[in-house]
Amino acid sequence: MEGTLMNAMWIGVIGASIALFLLRYSGYLVPEKFLTNPRMLRINTLIPIALLSALVGVQTLTVKGKWVLDQRLAGVIVALIALRLKAPYFVVVISAAVTSAVIYRIK
Amino acid sequence: MSRVNRATASQSLSVSFAVGLYGIAFGAAGIAAGFSILQTCLLSLLTFSGASQFAVVGVMGAGGSALSGIATASLLGIRNTLYGLRMAPILKVKGWKKVVAAQITIDESTGVAIGQEDLGLDAMKQGFWLTGFGVYVLWNFFTVIGSLGAEAMGNPSAWGLDAAVPAAFLGLVWPRLLGKFERTLAVTALVIAILLSPYIEAGLPIILTALLAVFFGWKERS
Repeated sequence: MEGTLMNAMWIGVIGASIALFLLRYSGYLVPEKFLTNPRMLRINTLIPIALLSALVGVQTLTVKGKWVLDQRLAGVIVALIALRLKAPYFVVVISAAVTSAVIYRIK
Repeated sequence: MSRVNRATASQSLSVSFAVGLYGIAFGAAGIAAGFSILQTCLLSLLTFSGASQFAVVGVMGAGGSALSGIATASLLGIRNTLYGLRMAPILKVKGWKKVVAAQITIDESTGVAIGQEDLGLDAMKQGFWLTGFGVYVLWNFFTVIGSLGAEAMGNPSAWGLDAAVPAAFLGLVWPRLLGKFERTLAVTALVIAILLSPYIEAGLPIILTALLAVFFGWKERS
């Protein structure tokens, strides 16, 4: 089990690296009109919004496919407040970590 | 290429430092998700795209398959293709230089290059190369620091790393939520992914929200 998990991670690392390189390199090869369709451009700006938001939700409220309510939610709420107060990215991440760690240690 | 423009150089450097520092957060996230130091550092060296790297460790750390991780990273990385399209006529690179240019084609190098438009083509090229290499070196340096630090800390939860990862994603998506339309998409995607999580393989709930983005983007907004 340990071995297969390790292999999966290596596949993830190498696979993502190859995929990203091909995506980048293809930009230097394909004719421009190919990807400048307004609908494509619109969808392209929306995809990161959907995926990143989904990741926020899954990372905050689930553990291995199960709903779990714990200290992470408090951390992310604090991050949300920090963002609303226009705090820099680093403050946002650190404030979430500190909040979550404090609650974890008190429990 | 002519002499380096001072304004372009200073902008490239400040962007490189600001962005490179986040490498600490990624390094820590990689370890927290169960990746080794070597794997975490290779993601920064080879994948070299913040959101995509976070996606690989985020999806696989939550139990998703390698394929889900790669697919999510790729969907997040499509914008780099568009940056390449934009930069190709400006850089006019050939052979191995094209390979190097592709590898450092990211949000920041493209952004700084386009920001130099008023200063001319040479400044745009300088902005691209300086920012691309600057972020590359610093991002990788700080990934090493972050992963070593997290490895030394041990239990990720005790140090709040379990909340730092979603907070990092939140910080990445926040500047993109420009209006009500974007915020509606974000909240819908977040809720759907959480609701689907217990029922389908980890990673899939995230990838499926890309369809939601297609649905939202299909019709032109008035």
